[in-house]
Amino acid sequence: MEEAAANGPAPPCAVHLADLDIAFRLADRSVFTAVRGATLRVADGEFVAIVGPTGCGKSTLLNAAAGLLTPSRGTVEIFGTPLAGLNRMAGYLFQADALFPWKTAIENVAIGLEIAGTPRGEARDEAAQWLARVGLGSFGDRYPHMLSGGQRKRVGLAQVLIRHPKILLMDEPFGPLDAQTRQIMGNLLLELWSADRKGVMFVTHDLEEAIALADRVVIMSAGPAARIIGDFTIPLARPRDIAEIKLDKAFHDVHREIWSMLRDEVMKGYVQAEAVG
Amino acid sequence: MSRLTLLALQILVAVAVIGLWHGLTTVPVFGTVLLPPFFFSRPADVGARIVQWFADGSIWMHLGITLTESVLAFVIGSLGGALVGFWFARKPVVAAVFDPYVKMANALPRVVLAPIFALWLGLGIWSKVALGITLVFFVVFFNVYQGVKEVSPTVLANARMLGMSERQLMRHVYWPSALSWMFSSLHTSVGFAVVGAVVGEYLGSAAGLGYLIQQAEGVFDVAGVFAGMTVLAAFVILIDMLVSVVERRLLVWRPVSHDTRG
Repeated sequence: MEEAAANGPAPPCAVHLADLDIAFRLADRSVFTAVRGATLRVADGEFVAIVGPTGCGKSTLLNAAAGLLTPSRGTVEIFGTPLAGLNRMAGYLFQADALFPWKTAIENVAIGLEIAGTPRGEARDEAAQWLARVGLGSFGDRYPHMLSGGQRKRVGLAQVLIRHPKILLMDEPFGPLDAQTRQIMGNLLLELWSADRKGVMFVTHDLEEAIALADRVVIMSAGPAARIIGDFTIPLARPRDIAEIKLDKAFHDVHREIWSMLRDEVMKGYVQAEAVG
Repeated sequence: MSRLTLLALQILVAVAVIGLWHGLTTVPVFGTVLLPPFFFSRPADVGARIVQWFADGSIWMHLGITLTESVLAFVIGSLGGALVGFWFARKPVVAAVFDPYVKMANALPRVVLAPIFALWLGLGIWSKVALGITLVFFVVFFNVYQGVKEVSPTVLANARMLGMSERQLMRHVYWPSALSWMFSSLHTSVGFAVVGAVVGEYLGSAAGLGYLIQQAEGVFDVAGVFAGMTVLAAFVILIDMLVSVVERRLLVWRPVSHDTRG
């Protein structure tokens, strides 16, 4: 990669957010600026975690990269092309339950291929393989309500990855899960990701999770008008095991460095939340 | 409570009520029969009437007519309600324009329409079907409208990100959601279809359970009225059980609701 960059123009980033402002018009017609002047590059195959206090606009940034909302200023480029409408190259894993409750697990996974024109039988076969890959091989005919929270996330992961998106956008995907399940899901994610590296934007409020998973951790300030205030490269070797790496000294050093910066912002976030509440 | 005990208690209630009815209409208390059989009939007479109807087969024709009317009202009303509900939910401007009229039409007690329908469509089955439709239509309409409106925004965003076109969203997201709401109101809409048919028959017809009850009432044949009511109740319970079976099959993806009957 470095050599290629030295020899010619650098390959375009998977995601390039350039000087984004994202504002919403509120019910009382005032304008709420969620994000101000955010610039972020995610290289192809790079795992970037975005961390910030609750309500700082991390998800907003992600939605801009997904094309689900349009920034009021600045540009979003996907592999060098300005984004218009939805980001067709991205797969999005949502925080809330996003599976179709009226479809079985295998139908949920296959749907992405079916709507793209893959014949049903073929799509189902591939979906079965993906379900097996996320450890739910025998759960294909269950409806989402018959699955646990962690199992639903696995189906969601398979649903997104079966389409082989070039970019993976994840909005606190493991947020609602218990600590054990989060670790298992983190390892599963890393395993699947290292088999087929894509650019990842992973939003979380959990700094430990971010460091354990990512190549780079980006810190956002407390909202409103949140900015990106830190960008740390994580010097931890891969492959990683989420549980073990948290015992590593290098992990603690990075964690201390980032936390000293994040702490102030978290406190600011609390102060604002209390002032509002 | 075991199922057997429950069943025993349920039967006990029926036996007690019928026994009380029988006692009060036959056995004099301090010299007077509290419920004169002329006004209250007797369980045995009512039973005999029902047996007679089924024995000579005359009841089947009336049941058939009421069933036909109910089914037609249900099918046409549901189709209409689903289509219009879907259309309104996807076109907010249309919904906004028609909103006051929909509310007005729904607020109207449907019984007052029965004479109009009899005038327009005659005394045959269609005036009853029309009355049933006006009842079923709104139940289904409101449920489908709600179902389309209340699709989870996350599920919708997910569908978009998975690459669904507007048409595919209809098929894979809006339609299943609307149907689930519609099916969950199946008991109400089927019940209304029967109500429409019976009330229509009662107000003017030549056949059907409503007609049977109305005829008996006209000649102070109280046993006939009670017999008609009993057959009607059994008919409705049978249909309701059928709906429950259909519902279980169609809504298999739904979590089991822990209702108070459990």
